[in-house]
Amino acid sequence: MADMKVNFAGVEFKNPVVAASGTYGYGREYEALYPLSKLGGISVKGTTLHKRDGNPAPRVAETPSGMLNSVGLQNGGVDKFINCEIPNLLTKNIAIIANIAGATVEECAEVAAKLNGTGVHMIELNISCPNVKQGGAAFGTSCENASAVTRAVRNATDLPLMVKLSPNVTDIASIAKAVEAEGADAVSLINTLLGMRIDINSRRPILKNNVGGLSGAAVFPIAVRMVWQVANAVKIPVMGMGGITTWEDGIEMMLAGASAIQVGAAIFKNPFAPVEIADGMNEWLDKNGIKCVSEIVGRVKPW
Amino acid sequence: MNYFQGKYKIVKKLKLNDTVYDFTLSCKEITDIALAGQFVHIAVDGFSLRRPISICEINREKGWLRIVFEVRGKGTEALSKLCEGDLMDVIGPLGKGFDLLKPGKKCIAIGGGIGTPPMLEVAKHYGANCTVISGFRTGSIAILQEDFADTGAKTILCTDDGSAGRKGFVTEALEECLNSEKPDIICACGPMPMLKAIVELAKNAGIRTQVSLEQRMACGVGACLVCACRCVKDGEEFMAHVCKDGPVFEAEEVVF
Repeated sequence: MADMKVNFAGVEFKNPVVAASGTYGYGREYEALYPLSKLGGISVKGTTLHKRDGNPAPRVAETPSGMLNSVGLQNGGVDKFINCEIPNLLTKNIAIIANIAGATVEECAEVAAKLNGTGVHMIELNISCPNVKQGGAAFGTSCENASAVTRAVRNATDLPLMVKLSPNVTDIASIAKAVEAEGADAVSLINTLLGMRIDINSRRPILKNNVGGLSGAAVFPIAVRMVWQVANAVKIPVMGMGGITTWEDGIEMMLAGASAIQVGAAIFKNPFAPVEIADGMNEWLDKNGIKCVSEIVGRVKPW
Repeated sequence: MNYFQGKYKIVKKLKLNDTVYDFTLSCKEITDIALAGQFVHIAVDGFSLRRPISICEINREKGWLRIVFEVRGKGTEALSKLCEGDLMDVIGPLGKGFDLLKPGKKCIAIGGGIGTPPMLEVAKHYGANCTVISGFRTGSIAILQEDFADTGAKTILCTDDGSAGRKGFVTEALEECLNSEKPDIICACGPMPMLKAIVELAKNAGIRTQVSLEQRMACGVGACLVCACRCVKDGEEFMAHVCKDGPVFEAEEVVF
């Protein structure tokens, strides 16, 4: 068996496969199928300072090889996360990534500050949620705003800080460089792409929010391209995600430059996807005589 | 929470009318723990999301699970093409089912259209103490009437056009039932306007009511939070989720 361990921005992951925020809750629902310790890590449901109800339903629409969602960061607030979820997650032998978001720079910083000393291993600052009116993608679509929110959160936390980037921009590498310059320890990408579906009979958008974030296999080539561009532009490590569905996708994403990967929408059809992806990658490494998964990071041979 | 994911053999397939199919799966591990009103989440080749389908009948002895579903789009159409002997990729049983009261208690079970299948397990539980009211647009799409009769329950069939059973909505039949004898509980599944009308009648009569709701889902297990439904408890409104908090809810907790 190859060595699947990854040291990502100073955090130990026993394998490079992480469950993506918003697709896996806090892990409780999947423990009926397998122990969470099979995963390298979990990026928990996006947490805000106060409880949020999210958007009205329908919040999901199927698309060719993917889906749109417009959940809108429904969550119980950071105090509930700290009191009710972190103690349970700490027993699971898994890297815990606290995904945080806020309507203002100050709110993001306050959530991050509250997580100091709670035992979470890493912060993933979401500056790219397409489903909220304030904050969210507004932070992630200009270098100035991305810098400002990264700076505030950097000052509020000693934990490794990863910034989750929006693909809904002209030049994602410039945003990555901006957050790197403000002290981000890593970046993760891509969040969902803004999309829309319409019921042709009712002439109504399927999502009550009209628009939502596209994820699933359909976005994978875009994600690979963006991870490749960002990995070539920054020195900090990249956690790659966006449509990873099979172990081959996982290898491909790491060749593009991701030091670790997140699996999201694929879990809905196949709850075992993250486990199968980690196992499949391991077998491929063995077959190719590669001793350590980290050896393949960024090893694409571009023309 | 306890559920399984697996590929289970289709042991029986029936076509009940132009758009409604009746599949029986051999999945003992699921039937061992499945309850009335729960659902299963079914993968379809070529589609990125599973389809949530309510459980119609649980045969624990044989380990057979029966689902009855309507072809609504391309996904359910593809599902309907599966044949006896094929495998179906199922996650289940999922969600919160109906609260089944002690034998001897009386129940009115109401199903509208494709909301009728989950009422079969309810009828089986209460037997002769159950009245099943089912409603359809027209007689040619009425389903499961013999199954309901076989449970010993009293059955009342309503059609909008009067082509089978009595003409009119299930609410009219319910009103008559409530005038003659009050049940201990009402269980209902069907379109939202129908549920809303039933809940109003039941509330006036002071009868506990449980409703089974439907919403577009992704994970089916309570992790992704897409299948939101507005509920109220102790005066406070919140977003519950149909897959995990439901599909069966106490009617008084649902904000219609």
